Amino acid sequence: MPEADTQTIRRVYASLRLIRRFEEEVARIYPEDKIKSPVHLSIGQESVAVGVCDALNKDDLAGGTYRGHATYIAKGGDINGLMAELYGKDTGCTRGKGGSMHLCDIQNNVVGSSAVVGTTVPIALGYALALKREGKGRVIASFMGDGATEEGVFHESLNFAALKRLPVVFVLENNFFAIHTPIARRQAVPDAICERVQTYGIPAYRVTDADVFKIRNIMMDALPKMRRGEYGPIFIECHTYRWREHVGPANDYDSGYRSTDDLKPWVDNDQIPRVAAMLDPDERAAIDAQVEKDVAAAIAFAEKSPFPAAKELYTHVYA
Amino acid sequence: MSTLKTATKPAPDAAGNTGGRVLRYVDALKEAVEQEMERDDKVFVMGLDVDDHKALQGSTRGLLQKFGPDRIFTTPLAEDAMTGAAIGAAMAGLRPIHVHIRMDFLMLSMNQLINMAAKAHYMYGGNIKVPLVVRSIIGKSWGQGPQHSQGLYSTFMHFPGLKVVAPSNAHDAKGCMLSAIRDDNPVMFVEHRLLYPTEAYVPEEQFELPPGKSRVVMPGDDVTLVGISNMLVECLRGRELLADAGVSAEIIDPIWLSPLDTDTIVKSVKKTRRLIVVDNGWTMCGAGAEIAARVAEALGPEGKFQVERMGFAPTICPTSPSIEDQFYPNPARIAQAAHKMVRPKAGEWTPDPERAVLAYQRQFRGPF
Repeated sequence: MPEADTQTIRRVYASLRLIRRFEEEVARIYPEDKIKSPVHLSIGQESVAVGVCDALNKDDLAGGTYRGHATYIAKGGDINGLMAELYGKDTGCTRGKGGSMHLCDIQNNVVGSSAVVGTTVPIALGYALALKREGKGRVIASFMGDGATEEGVFHESLNFAALKRLPVVFVLENNFFAIHTPIARRQAVPDAICERVQTYGIPAYRVTDADVFKIRNIMMDALPKMRRGEYGPIFIECHTYRWREHVGPANDYDSGYRSTDDLKPWVDNDQIPRVAAMLDPDERAAIDAQVEKDVAAAIAFAEKSPFPAAKELYTHVYA
Repeated sequence: MSTLKTATKPAPDAAGNTGGRVLRYVDALKEAVEQEMERDDKVFVMGLDVDDHKALQGSTRGLLQKFGPDRIFTTPLAEDAMTGAAIGAAMAGLRPIHVHIRMDFLMLSMNQLINMAAKAHYMYGGNIKVPLVVRSIIGKSWGQGPQHSQGLYSTFMHFPGLKVVAPSNAHDAKGCMLSAIRDDNPVMFVEHRLLYPTEAYVPEEQFELPPGKSRVVMPGDDVTLVGISNMLVECLRGRELLADAGVSAEIIDPIWLSPLDTDTIVKSVKKTRRLIVVDNGWTMCGAGAEIAARVAEALGPEGKFQVERMGFAPTICPTSPSIEDQFYPNPARIAQAAHKMVRPKAGEWTPDPERAVLAYQRQFRGPF
């Protein structure tokens, strides 16, 4: 089926590829101890952030989780600032104050992420209140993991978003694990998250195969209605899979809580080669080359940037 | 009530004037918010029951009629998410005032207040501001009991990134509220239910009372009494009892608890060499402990002085008046502690019981 026009395929591929290569480089550099922040890699989960963010306008907002490199990059966050932040440099997107778990690039409408599960979900409500009052039809996409759906604040937030018909896209990146505890050991009915959300009066969608265009199409269908005020919030559950360990660059398939058999279907279904195959080989090679250039430039930028000066310990405590 | 008028009348505004009209604390609060909502359409009020017929004990009266439901609205019973929503709105450039009818309920908001509001400006590299005011009311008496009576401001004083203010009179309530709303940082605005009906001279025009300066409310030479929130009023009554015994107490109101100006207190203690901090919370790790420690640090090896902390009894606040009465410092106990510190060899001294009766116990009839 015609999933998207060529321009879209090109853009989606470039974004998927950039996130994957950026994080592969982070994983490569990590053992050198140059990166001074714990990293929760999105490798394998890129299609959710790209499917959602490619549908957004530049002036829409998006905010990710502590596994947030993908959301940050997909929404157009500056990757030099991202890499420098991982290095703990003064030129980082949060000046070396936040690190990987607190990414933020306000110029590119990436709102701040949090290291505490579920914490940014209600923050999106406040942004949405402001966007609704502004009346320009802008929306915010708020990403969360499956663990967040167990937090009380998730349910509180759904209720308020529905009550006030706020322009929030709640995006669930369901990778089935909270650190190492599988969802079936945490939720009585783990396959009914969308059904629970619907009881709050919120349209909910489930994508079980991580298809980047399916996710994007749900967004493209809902967004005009949200912008016109015909829809309040929507909820999209995207099944996905974390390929690497919870935190850090390595694999952990020998640790007993999951196996490579679990991984295999997700690798077979990897969206990056799938979308790549939709492109002309020369075009793909050109995108790949540009991605390599951009990631290398980000690393060089981070390496040559200075660390924050001592006085920075005390700056920005108060505005 | 004559004691009360004397107590609050001298509160000067930022310029040192004592002009304006006599206004109740609750009306001064409302006036500050109303004037700011008129001045800046980014200011809005949210919180359970802020827009109902009781208008949060009168403190939001008339705002709905004047500004409409987009600018003042009730919320679901969801303190965690509502605090997050207020923070998010502040991050987006609005200036929310989130109201809680009891301070105890802030325990449900702690993740958002501590992990987000206090840290956002710093951890996002200065790129995000949180101009949020969180109003909460400490309850006391008429059966408030264990979960409607806590003064939890010292908890919030612990965290860099938050500001904390606990005005003790109507004048300061207005000036501090105005400063809190205009502040680009999250401000915990701590009110006390017993202060609501108290009156002071309050300027009609807008004025700011920002952090930075504690106030010497009444001068004295023998002992320095620092009173926080409603305990400032109790200290003033205690001072009158002490005067009967010829003891002169200097009364200081810190007003803002974070950032905290201890210079004014240090200056006073250099003169009196005696300090009693009367807290509206428990003494363990409390605001009084912080003030006492800072004074000791500032005075150094030459600074020999006596210090005592008074506050909630180290127990749970009971509901029955017969034991609740023992839970709080009151003017007689404050005066007795000060008398003993000033005249250690004078033996037991008891103030005139008629003069020592708390004014609110005469006038207040509930329900609360």
